[in-house]
Amino acid sequence: MIEMQDIWKTYVDGTHALRGVSVRIDRNEFVYLVGPSGAGKSTFMKLIYREEVPTKGQLSVNGFNIGKLKPRKIPFVRRNIGVIFQDFRLLPKLTVFENVAFAMEVIEAPKRIIKKRTMEVLDLVGLKHKHASLPAQLSGGEQQRVSIARAIVNNPSVIVADEPTGNLDPETSMEIMALLEEINFRGSTIVMATHNRDIVNSLRKRVIAIENGLVVRDEARGEYGYEI
Amino acid sequence: MKFRTLLRHLREGCKNIIRNGWMSFASISSIFISLFLLGAFMLLALNVNNFASSVESKVEIRVFLQLDIDKAKMDEVENKIRLIPEVKKVTLVTKEEGLEELRKNLSDEGLLDGYDDASNPLPDSFTVEVFKPQSVSNAATQIEALNTGDETAPITSVKYGEGKIETLFKITNAVRTIGLVIVLALTVTAMFLISNTIKVTIVARRREIGIMKLVGATNAFIRWPFFIEGALIGMIASILTTVVLLVSYAQFVKVTQEGLGLMMLSLVSFQQVGLEISGVLIGLGTLIGIWGSTISIRKYLKV
Repeated sequence: MIEMQDIWKTYVDGTHALRGVSVRIDRNEFVYLVGPSGAGKSTFMKLIYREEVPTKGQLSVNGFNIGKLKPRKIPFVRRNIGVIFQDFRLLPKLTVFENVAFAMEVIEAPKRIIKKRTMEVLDLVGLKHKHASLPAQLSGGEQQRVSIARAIVNNPSVIVADEPTGNLDPETSMEIMALLEEINFRGSTIVMATHNRDIVNSLRKRVIAIENGLVVRDEARGEYGYEI
Repeated sequence: MKFRTLLRHLREGCKNIIRNGWMSFASISSIFISLFLLGAFMLLALNVNNFASSVESKVEIRVFLQLDIDKAKMDEVENKIRLIPEVKKVTLVTKEEGLEELRKNLSDEGLLDGYDDASNPLPDSFTVEVFKPQSVSNAATQIEALNTGDETAPITSVKYGEGKIETLFKITNAVRTIGLVIVLALTVTAMFLISNTIKVTIVARRREIGIMKLVGATNAFIRWPFFIEGALIGMIASILTTVVLLVSYAQFVKVTQEGLGLMMLSLVSFQQVGLEISGVLIGLGTLIGIWGSTISIRKYLKV
C-alpha cells in the first residue's frame, strides 16, 4: 500500500528532513507517527500525498511511483488519499455541505450522487444538522469533523492526518479518534502524526517514531515513549 | 470536460464574485477607473484628431489671373486645373466678387470707396480645393506649371500659405502622434494596474487553491472558475465604464454645442464614436480580466 525504500528528503536550504527511511504500511493499518518537532513527521506525510518529492529512494503509494509521477497524474493519486490537518483547512466562505461536496465535484460526480453521499458522510461525522452552517459558526471539534468528512467522502484507501487533535481539548480529541477508528474499521489505512501521548497510549496501534530524519522505533502495539 | 462540470464552473465563477464581495469590488473599481481614464482620453484624442482634420480641410489654393484675361482663356485655365488629379473643386471668384469680399473683410473703413466695378484693381481668381490637404503644395506647383508653354502666361500667382501650411501639418501630425502614444501608454498602465489588483485578490485565495489541489482537483478544474470570474468582472466593470463615460460625454456635447454656443469647435458626436469606444473598452476590459486572473493563478498551481 505505502512502501518507502531508503527515502531521503533534502530541502533546497540543505536540511535533511529524512535520511534513509524504509517503511512498509499495509492496507487497513492504523499507524501513529511520533517524534519531536522537526524530526521529519510532516515531510513523511507530505511525501505520501505528493506535496513533496523524495530526493532519493523509492516511494510507492497505492501502486503509484511517487518520485516519478507526472504532474498531470498528481490529482488522480490525491483523489485516493484523504488529508486531515491540525488547522482543518476548510474554505471559510463555503457551507459545511459545500466544503464536503467540493471534494466530490472535483471528481466530476453527478449532482444527485454528490448530495446523497455528502449527507451520508455528514451523518457519519454527526453534523448532518449543521450542513448549512459556515465553518466559523462551528466549534473546533466540529470543524475537524467537517474536514474528516471531506477527507473520506470519496472513499480514499489512505487517510493522512497531521496532528488532527492538535487544536482540540481532550474530550473532543477522543471523539475525533473514535471517528478515525470507525473509518479505519470501514477499510481505510490511516497514518496519523501526533504529539498526543494519552491517545497513543490508550488507543494502542502501530507506532513509528522518527528522530532526526530516521526511523528509531517501529512497534506493532507501541507506546508514545516521549516525556512532554 | 463534462457539460455539468462546465455548468458548475459557470455557477462557481458567478458565486465567487459574490463570495469575495470586497475583492470583486476592488477589482471592478480598479478596472472602472483605469478604463474611464483611458476612455476619456480616447475621446479627447478623437476630438483633437477631428479638429486637426477640420483645420486641414480648410486649406485651399488661390490662383490669381492676369487682369486683362478674356473669358475663353479663363475657361481654358479652369479646365486645365480641373484635370489635375489632386484637385477636388475649382470655384471662380470674379473680380467683382473679390472686391465685395475685400470690402466685407475691411468692414467700414472707407478705404475702398474710390473703387467701383469699372475701376476694380483686383484680378479674377480661382479657389481650388484638393482631396488631401497634404497634396496642396504639389497641386500648387502643377497649377503654376500651366504657365509654361503658354506665352500669354495667364496665371500671375498661386498662393496657398506656403511655409505656414507645412508648419500646420507638422503640428497636427505631432498632436495626433502624441495622442496615440498617450492612449497606448494609458492602455498599458491600465492593464498593469488591473492585473495587479486581480493578483492581490488571488493571493488572498491561495489557501483556497491549495485546498482544491489537495482534494485532487486538476489545474484546469481550478482555473476555470477563476477564468470565468475574471471575464465577468472585466465585463461588468467595462460595461459600467462605457455607460458612465458615454452618457457623460453625450451630455457634455449637448451642453457645449447648444448651451455655450461653441459651434465653431464642433465635437465628435456620440453617435460617431459610441460604438467604437464601447467596443474597445468592453473588449479590453474583458481581456484584462481574463488575462489578470489567468496569469496570477498560474503561480499558485505549482503546488
